[in-house]
Amino acid sequence: MKAMLDDALRFHQTALNVQARRQELLASNIANADTPNYKAKDIDFRSALAGALGKQGAALNMKTTSAKHLPVAGATPFEGHIGFRQELQSAVDGNTVNMDVERAAYAENSLHYEASLTFINGLLSGMRTAITGQ
Amino acid sequence: MSMFNVFNIAGSALNAQSLRLNTTASNLANADSVVGEDGQPYRAKQVMFQAVPVAGPEAQGVKVTGVVESAAPMRLVYDPANPAANGEGYVEMPNVNVVEEMVNMISASRSYQNNVEVMNTAKTLLQRTLTIGQ
Repeated sequence: MKAMLDDALRFHQTALNVQARRQELLASNIANADTPNYKAKDIDFRSALAGALGKQGAALNMKTTSAKHLPVAGATPFEGHIGFRQELQSAVDGNTVNMDVERAAYAENSLHYEASLTFINGLLSGMRTAITGQ
Repeated sequence: MSMFNVFNIAGSALNAQSLRLNTTASNLANADSVVGEDGQPYRAKQVMFQAVPVAGPEAQGVKVTGVVESAAPMRLVYDPANPAANGEGYVEMPNVNVVEEMVNMISASRSYQNNVEVMNTAKTLLQRTLTIGQ
């Protein structure tokens, strides 16, 4: 029963983690809109989610191919899936933040985050109905 | 939890932008100050922004590394009756460019608004997260 609950929620939980991380990166881009030489970053959502779902258990750690491998301490989550954004309009100070793009991405990511929350809530209320049988 | 870092990131940007706004206010207020504290004409000040890691190398906040004085030449105004005039009748006025300062002010205020918006969205999302399963 416990495994079933975990399995049902794992996908949305992982998606929430990726979205929270993306929210942080986008906030960093918006915060640094006036910082010279700052390069805007974003996360490749599809590959980050697939990478996190591919591993069982500790979904946010680095992949280990041998039982003797030690976990990497201090590694940031989804590190390998973060890249720099393509520049649309160049600025003289070397900053690549495009506020329209960032704001749109931020709003979109917020909606996706809320959607994941709604899915989780729906799953939980469905399970509660099944448990109580009313 | 990475969503909380959004507050740190946006907060650092708010701090930096308000300092920029302060500097602009100081420049505009002293646009005609012939004599400053050191006996010299007032010099326009500018803040320097730098991206600093908040949580991991990717998510970066903003730090003000320092306030520098503008190296632009002083504005010379012909006013022989002024007690601060030199031998040729010119008064050294501050090198504040009012147009530039107004642009700076609007830019700082818009960036501030953007970051407030980012904080509000993150707060809404976190509140929704806290009500999972209710």
